[in-house]
Amino acid sequence: MEEKVKILDKEAINRAIMRIAHEIIEKNKGTEEVCLVGIRSRGVFIAKRLTECIQKIEGKQLFCGVLDITLYRDDLALASGQPIVRKTEIDFDINNKSLVLVDDVLYTGRTIRAALDALVDFGRPKSIQLAVLVDRGHRELPIRADFVGKNIPTSNKEAVEVHLDELDGADEVLIVEKN
Amino acid sequence: MAWTKKDLLGLEYLSRDEIEAILDTADSFKEVSSREIKKVPALRGKTAVNLFYEPSTRTRVSFEVAAKRLSADVINIASETSSVRKGETLIDTGKNIQALKADIIIMRHNCSGAVNMLARHLDISVVNAGDGWHEHPTQALLDIFTLKEKLGKIAGLNVTIVGDIAHSRVARSNIWGLTKLGAKVTVCAPKILFPVGIEKMGVKVSSDIEDSLKNADAVNVLRMQFERDEGAAFPQQLEYFKTFGITCERLEKAKKNIVVMHPGPINRGIEMSSEVADGSSAVILDQVTNGIAVRMAVLFLVATATDPAPPRP
Repeated sequence: MEEKVKILDKEAINRAIMRIAHEIIEKNKGTEEVCLVGIRSRGVFIAKRLTECIQKIEGKQLFCGVLDITLYRDDLALASGQPIVRKTEIDFDINNKSLVLVDDVLYTGRTIRAALDALVDFGRPKSIQLAVLVDRGHRELPIRADFVGKNIPTSNKEAVEVHLDELDGADEVLIVEKN
Repeated sequence: MAWTKKDLLGLEYLSRDEIEAILDTADSFKEVSSREIKKVPALRGKTAVNLFYEPSTRTRVSFEVAAKRLSADVINIASETSSVRKGETLIDTGKNIQALKADIIIMRHNCSGAVNMLARHLDISVVNAGDGWHEHPTQALLDIFTLKEKLGKIAGLNVTIVGDIAHSRVARSNIWGLTKLGAKVTVCAPKILFPVGIEKMGVKVSSDIEDSLKNADAVNVLRMQFERDEGAAFPQQLEYFKTFGITCERLEKAKKNIVVMHPGPINRGIEMSSEVADGSSAVILDQVTNGIAVRMAVLFLVATATDPAPPRP
């Protein structure tokens, strides 16, 4: 049997996203040149929510893109089941932009490494910042997030599940004990 | 769905789900060619060998571009300049390429079934780039991809294929693919250019071009391969154009938004008039562009295929 503990509920997720939106504005001293890119699949929805939040606060439109990192994964050659390649949609110029990369969970850092490689193929942003809803530790690469919704210390035997309304029908973050 | 086949031999051997998996993957890959840096590292360190026993420019180049945009290394072997001239058998050639630790062989051969035979004897992936009169699966896939892009769906469409059906691997692959995806296919040709038993493939057979175009959402115009003309069987070029050629006058009587496709190279003034080839209904160059995305998808899927029943970690 799997045991689940709810770490964040709908309100907590909303508050975390609202706070990160403010932090992004603060760190970049406004939103001039700021654009967001969400990593498939759940990073996309968090990026969209952040974009809406920032637009509401600043009253300016922001570009928000979608990145699929499948083709840049470092475990493509390993027999771990075939990944499905989905569309990348970055239809704006990222050169000299302050780009905020968005994902749901930061874990080993390998997804972010792949995303950085992919972004470099699209141009040369002025800076790339990282926003995540949950940082669960256990990094395998020298990567850290600039904006974190919640730090959740976990063991490797646990899994962190982020559920979002757009995809899963509910907003919640769970820790699942794997037996 | 997870792709489990190491080879792509023909659309006859694929399920509807597998065809749709290729089309969906191709849709994702299309964006790569619109980037400033048109390359992703997905097949870095893999080697693809183009083994062509028949002349081809566009298919070979398209596969080469597709493989390179996936970061694979590509080696081209043309039969005229290889050991084939010294009498090496196909299987020996294939096994040597496998011994060189290549990962994918992309083969075109003048014998129907040659690709299937090679794939049976090798552990590495084999992709059919056209074998005899049998199949040309990536051409049909890019035709179907282009149709879907233009018309939004395949199921329920009326698609007419005009030309030398008997000697056409493009027609055969298109018929398999389109019927599996639920399109209604009509084939239109002079009676002598129908293969025996064509009705059994689930298509409507006609030799009346105007009638065949009447309800068509799309027409795929095959190349008349006069270079393969072995004498009496082939109609005269001018006579063919008069009876079966696609002209503006004929298209005016068809559906307004009819899509005109051609696998190329076009014989202008034989299969279709220049006005049609350069007109707004023609999607011939879109087909060429889409061919890269489709072939990237095929190479990626066969190179990363999983075992039919993978042990779950």
